[in-house]
Amino acid sequence: MSAATTSAQSLREQERAARRAEKERQKRIARDEAAERRRAEKAGFANVNNPRRSVALTFLCAIFAVYCLFPFVYLMINATKTQADFTSTFGLGFGRTFALWDNIVTVFTYQDGIFGRWFINTILYVVVGAGGATLLAIMGGYALAKFRFPGRKLVFAIIIGAISVPGIALAVPQFLLFAKLGLTNTPWAMIIPSLVSTFGLYLMWIFSEQAVPTELLEAARVDGASEWRTFWTISLPLLAPGIVTTALFSIVATWNNYFLPLIMLKDANWYPLTIGLNQWKDQASTAGGQAIQNLVITGSLITIIPLIIAFLCLQKYWQSGLAAGAVKE
Amino acid sequence: MSASSATTAGVTGPDVRHSATARVNKHKADWRGWKFMWPFALVFIFVFIIPICYAIYISFFKKQMIGGTKFVGFENYARLLGDTQFWSSVGRVALFTCVQVPIMLFLAAMMALALDSMKLHGTKFFRISTFLPYAVPAVVSTLIWGFVYGAKYGLVGSLNDVLGTNLDLFAPNILLASIGNIVTWEFTGYNMLIFYSSLSTIPHSLYEAASIDGASEWQIVKSIKLPELKGSLAITVIFSIIGSFQLFNEPSILQNMVPGNAITTYYTPNMYAYNLSFSGNQSNYAAALAITMAVITMAIAYAVQLNSMKEQMK
Repeated sequence: MSAATTSAQSLREQERAARRAEKERQKRIARDEAAERRRAEKAGFANVNNPRRSVALTFLCAIFAVYCLFPFVYLMINATKTQADFTSTFGLGFGRTFALWDNIVTVFTYQDGIFGRWFINTILYVVVGAGGATLLAIMGGYALAKFRFPGRKLVFAIIIGAISVPGIALAVPQFLLFAKLGLTNTPWAMIIPSLVSTFGLYLMWIFSEQAVPTELLEAARVDGASEWRTFWTISLPLLAPGIVTTALFSIVATWNNYFLPLIMLKDANWYPLTIGLNQWKDQASTAGGQAIQNLVITGSLITIIPLIIAFLCLQKYWQSGLAAGAVKE
Repeated sequence: MSASSATTAGVTGPDVRHSATARVNKHKADWRGWKFMWPFALVFIFVFIIPICYAIYISFFKKQMIGGTKFVGFENYARLLGDTQFWSSVGRVALFTCVQVPIMLFLAAMMALALDSMKLHGTKFFRISTFLPYAVPAVVSTLIWGFVYGAKYGLVGSLNDVLGTNLDLFAPNILLASIGNIVTWEFTGYNMLIFYSSLSTIPHSLYEAASIDGASEWQIVKSIKLPELKGSLAITVIFSIIGSFQLFNEPSILQNMVPGNAITTYYTPNMYAYNLSFSGNQSNYAAALAITMAVITMAIAYAVQLNSMKEQMK
């Protein structure tokens, strides 16, 4: 027992030492690079791989970054205000009372806690809809990249054509069709159309072409593995970064969808967050409606937090995944 | 292959037979791909192909007060040609496209070039902060900007109080620009990322070679980076055109935040179709409108694509 703990301790110490050494090394590299930049500058050469940082350019980009981030700041500041403070105090200043916690509690308890219901609905649509869309896109993209099957060119042509068909052309007949099948006002009306992600299919097609070597598939086939097994055990792990990218974009598309639930769902119990928030916003302009802009703002903040966390945590994946997609263009 | 027939026979019956023969005879078609393609194809047919065909079908009919629906041929389309509300909405999105798309793509390309130049302090921070708006739902971003624009309770209102100005971003003549700002905010980061990804595929040895040959940084941008951007420009232009011709979310959410009737029910073609079919009960006419818009959008996207392809051929 004690031997085990001491060995674990020494392991941890080793790890710490290794980390310290790595940090030292990074520092040394940075120092060397800076020295090299100075030397290159004196000699009149620009190093293309490691150019001098420009303050002016950084400043220009900072202006743009402020433009991008300022609505988030506005949202966060105003989520801390009461309704009275929201309408009476300066937009980018804090209110007289700090009501963030009150607002959050009210958001989840207002109208018998319907916001929680909307949140769960959104999660359901995202897990089943976007999850399914990702799976279908992986399989379809893999098929397009690795098999020359009859009708492959037709699949291509139809999908490229479908991308340029405006959603509007689809929405009305989709609604009529779903109404005939009795699917409107049920979760299926939201989930089934979400299952198709043409962008995801495109991304997975490009990605499969690059990430899965055909020789590897041939080898597996020679060894007697079924196509299905080859796909699950060999191709899928190789496709992982592309899958994360596709999943992330499908999740965003489903989480943020407004038009589809707007036409398909009339029952507030099946609303996703987007439609729910919009309904709360509209309450201010209906006759006799109580303005609840503080709840709309706090609800908006709660709506975007999960996606922002997902994007921040999975940065590495979506950037490399999109880079792979860009090669083909 | 025999093992595969055993395990997947339940999933795709006929395909297995074909793939088994494909091994023997190379001239026979290889159906194995459909094993992976069919789920997507099935859902796609159900939510894309059938609705489009259905829309085309119902656009030739008309609901009547007495006698149900009647076949009217191209009457709905003829009516559309003379519908001034429809054409004013098309004009509005066309104007929107001509102004907003170039501004957005210019900003996106500049930002991508700046990030790729490696000359920024904190490249990572700028990359993520430019992209972050894409993660925000259209409803939320429109709500935020709507509150910012608001003259009564919003930021613009507070600024007017402080500065004594009388700025109104909801005024009918600048409303479209205000909507353009929301759309630009939402999608610049997304387009930036597409540009940035294509720039990052350029091998760095190319830059080194160019600099050894005495190329200045500006020359590297002009002769290596900009041509690379052209390829992804075609994709972003087409997606942006399609997107702005479909403009719906932002004006429809702003509709009752804007005082008066500045955003009409026919502000954009998409809003017009929505209102026709869901409050006007004219789904046949709305279908004709939707198909006409699809044809217009596809024609423009196709023309742009052809143009950019010609450019690349040169």
